[in-house]
Amino acid sequence: MNAYWQCLRGIVLREWLRFVLQRTRFLSALVRPLLWLVVFAAGFRAALGISVIEPYDTYIPYEVYIIPGLACMILLFNGMQGSLAMVYDREMGSMRVLLTSPLPRTFLLCSKLLATALISLLQVYGFLAIAWVYGVQPPAMGLLLALPALLLVALMLSALGLLLSNGIRQLENFAGVMNFVIFPLFFLSSALYPLWKMRDASQWLYWLCAVNPFTHAVELVRFALYERLAGLALAICLGLTVLFTLLAVLTFNPQHAALRKPG
Amino acid sequence: MNALTVQDLSFAYGPCQALCEVGFSLAPGRFAALLGPNGAGKSTLIALLTRLYHLQRGEIHVGGHSLRDAPRAALKQLGVVFQQSTLDLELSVEQNLRYHAALHGLSRRHTDLRVEAELARQGLSERRREKVRALNGGHRRRVEIARALLHEPRLLLLDEASVGLDPASRLGLNQHVRQLCREHDLSVLWTTHLLDEVHADDALMILHQGRLVASGQVDALVQEHDGDLGRLFAGLTRPTATGAPA
Repeated sequence: MNAYWQCLRGIVLREWLRFVLQRTRFLSALVRPLLWLVVFAAGFRAALGISVIEPYDTYIPYEVYIIPGLACMILLFNGMQGSLAMVYDREMGSMRVLLTSPLPRTFLLCSKLLATALISLLQVYGFLAIAWVYGVQPPAMGLLLALPALLLVALMLSALGLLLSNGIRQLENFAGVMNFVIFPLFFLSSALYPLWKMRDASQWLYWLCAVNPFTHAVELVRFALYERLAGLALAICLGLTVLFTLLAVLTFNPQHAALRKPG
Repeated sequence: MNALTVQDLSFAYGPCQALCEVGFSLAPGRFAALLGPNGAGKSTLIALLTRLYHLQRGEIHVGGHSLRDAPRAALKQLGVVFQQSTLDLELSVEQNLRYHAALHGLSRRHTDLRVEAELARQGLSERRREKVRALNGGHRRRVEIARALLHEPRLLLLDEASVGLDPASRLGLNQHVRQLCREHDLSVLWTTHLLDEVHADDALMILHQGRLVASGQVDALVQEHDGDLGRLFAGLTRPTATGAPA
């Protein structure tokens, strides 16, 4: 058991070291949602009034509404960036070091997912701290209760990232992930606007948003931040995390990961 | 018990046969050279030995443990230096070693001892805190060897480890690995396509177009072929119209 613990510790520590060494990665992870919060939200505040909806008890400014969506945006980009790192590791050969460990590959991959998720959480709380200073202040207990919700969402999106990376043969193909995964997941969700607004605009867009897993991720975090439990969102996120992880492990082909050119 | 036993190993990339019924064994404490021109199947063989590829046909035993049935026990016996560097350039020498130790489940105390010992053995103790990016090619290879030996394997695989090094570093690396082999009863499988890296008393396997075309001690094989390793190698790996070994 100690061997497993040491291995998990080592993988998390490596992610942490890489994260610390790549300060620009941390900054860019913060700049993106902060731009949305400070610039985009300021512009939209006037245009988009938010009525009283769950889990909020009163009318809220738009900045308050988009905080959970932006927190999940960090997790989404990091999950996909994790998959980019997997493809990069594969091309640079460092994936081979991981795979020649005597511990089971399922454990190694799950450890990698957990490591990515934990690093993402640091960035989310960095963002929430700045948002707090900016004036968006969810209840302190909500910030604590959101931790397991954020961890679950981070794991779900990291598993999705790993699943996608299994299908990507080359680093250059990763741009497609941006266009076909990140943007649709983000914009067709409740991250930026409540679903009832979307229903007013278009019924079929509303349904797309309603079935989007990212919507449920955002709602799980939104409710947790305000000390409420979104049962359906929790069940969906749990189920999808297990499903994505299983599929990612099953479709992981060390042959793709190890050597791209037969010698 | 052999450090490595390969039996009837075949592997294909779809319709393209990369290895065909390859079999050999390596005794403990022995330095073996695996020679082959580019595309002979050496990297495929290394990928199979390190379980990066799934076995299709045949068996591999490392230290008596089947790679198919007991992969964990087999991989514990195996240290590997890949052709392409697999070090994390942004991390320090010591951080790279500690990461590897963790992947092998070594305890913190054991890791401290092993990192200390391997850094000293490779003459890298003074450079432990330097980023790998700051090291030259020869030193990077030494870090990779230190890393491969951290978990005290009985078998060290080096896949064209001298590629990209200047002649002096290449010679130094070869001598260093031979010394490890002699002094620590370590078995070494050294794949290369450079004949000057092979010594007369080495075990030698020559791979060509996925087949093992020669196997034995270098001086004995050379004697059978006009007393010259170059002619032996050229004769056995001559391209043929049919694609079969000459």
